[in-house]
Amino acid sequence: MKAASQPVVRQAPFGDALVALGARRPDVVVLSADLGKYTDLTPFAAAYPERFFQVGMAEANMMGVAGGLAKTGFLPFAVTYGVFATRRAYDQIAMALATGPSRGVVVAFLPGITTPFRATHQAIDDLALMRALPGMTVVDPADATELAAAVEAAAEHDGPVYLRGLRGGVAQLFDPQGFGLRLGEARMVLAGGEVALVSSGLGTQWALEAASVLEARGVRASLLHVPTLKPADGEAIADFCAAFEIVTTVENHSTVGGLGSVVAEALAARGVGTTVRRLGVPDRWAPAGSLDFVRGSLGLDAAGIADAAVVR
Amino acid sequence: MSNLVDRVLAIRRTVIRMCMGRGQGYAGQGLALAELVACLYFDELRPGRDRLVLSTGHSAIALFAALGELGVYELEELETYGMDGSRIEESPLEGTPGFEITGGSLGQGLSQAVGMALGERLHGRDGRVYCLLSDGELQEGQVWEAAMCAGHYRLDNLVALVDNNKMQADGATADVMTVEPIVDKFAAFGFGARRIDANDLDQVLDAFAWARREIGRPAAIVCETVPGKGVPSFEGYKKVHYIRAERAVWERALAELGG
Repeated sequence: MKAASQPVVRQAPFGDALVALGARRPDVVVLSADLGKYTDLTPFAAAYPERFFQVGMAEANMMGVAGGLAKTGFLPFAVTYGVFATRRAYDQIAMALATGPSRGVVVAFLPGITTPFRATHQAIDDLALMRALPGMTVVDPADATELAAAVEAAAEHDGPVYLRGLRGGVAQLFDPQGFGLRLGEARMVLAGGEVALVSSGLGTQWALEAASVLEARGVRASLLHVPTLKPADGEAIADFCAAFEIVTTVENHSTVGGLGSVVAEALAARGVGTTVRRLGVPDRWAPAGSLDFVRGSLGLDAAGIADAAVVR
Repeated sequence: MSNLVDRVLAIRRTVIRMCMGRGQGYAGQGLALAELVACLYFDELRPGRDRLVLSTGHSAIALFAALGELGVYELEELETYGMDGSRIEESPLEGTPGFEITGGSLGQGLSQAVGMALGERLHGRDGRVYCLLSDGELQEGQVWEAAMCAGHYRLDNLVALVDNNKMQADGATADVMTVEPIVDKFAAFGFGARRIDANDLDQVLDAFAWARREIGRPAAIVCETVPGKGVPSFEGYKKVHYIRAERAVWERALAELGG
């Protein structure tokens, strides 16, 4: 899959994908905890008002209500911000949506540092938490195309899914024409490089920017994108990394328990001795501010990632 | 009614038999809820249409005993209650026959019952949802999130059954954290609410009939129960929240129930 050099931007790809899914699947219901407007749910609520449930500012209850709807034959999408979905309603996701056999999809917006606020809104531990839930599939899409495909894949999947959402204007890196997402499969984005990057979610956008910076410096980067953190494509990760002495992981998440951990586990399990350099939010609360500012302060701007990738 | 009286006694005996194997279990709750589950399974619930949601997972013993009466489980299997490898768990998960949700992580069941009530409505069906929770559980904030939601959506196909047994893990509910006035609280959240003696079959049946007549709002029935009910030596027993005893104690309990 080629990445576009100048990514186009799609507006509210999640909202459109959900409306399309709702048209095809009358069993799809959507729940919001007073963040419908801020999680691109307005199109679905307008198209299928009877299948849209506003539960107010009560995430624990939302997960439970979603679980109840699931047990009457519906496929619930419980949608809120990542921090509230996971830190606040972890037990409820586990008990109501993940012990099965019924199941639901949790869609979590404002992933990582994509918020002007600080610890209150930065979901930097959500992937680690969700990865720890038995049977939970965890997806961190890179762009508008993959997010839309992930909505479909989550609906078809047999088991609970935690999906990070991207709202508003979302970059389109991957051509939607013929695009397919299979949960659990990694995607080679750049091959044949001298340095290796492994990324997920928005980290893949950042890694591509870093690859451009490196290219301008005469260094070619290989890039493996890992949209599904669980189940992770351990074979593909190991195959990709085995050719390098060092790989740099890039993620919009804490370096604890997210992609960096996934890669390290995959390599260790297969006896691959490649060193894993984890870029992401270090083990401290990140500052508040614009995405550019926060990225820069954490060394996650294009130059910062490029610099880190070539250190030996 | 005589049928229900027989069922109640049979449920109580099964509860004791279930605990005899390991000499321990939530017998107090099982005995206390015998009238309520008998009325639910043998009078109120329409099979395939209505649902009983157990939020208080620890009270599963009462449901198991009633499900045994229904023929869902054999007594022989029920006697493996709480044993390693048995599906007769002290706090079962969704997927165990007769159990709609994973209860037991307390405070969560009413939310799922709300979701089911919304789901039944969305399907255009007349299914009713009964959620059994307990007084101690009312200390969990999620219960009130769910109550607010049920009131908001005017779920008149939802009935909250609060087992007011006045005990919880650390002692008497009133000492641990006051939950009263329960009726007023549910009423404030938009429920029709009343209090009954749930060890009285007539009052239970009357309350279910009343709940069916509640139009445009959910119903809450605060069920006063006596832990250990029907077994005099257990009624008033200090450690009735979870009973561990020698086989002779269980045999005496069975004898107190008439064998």
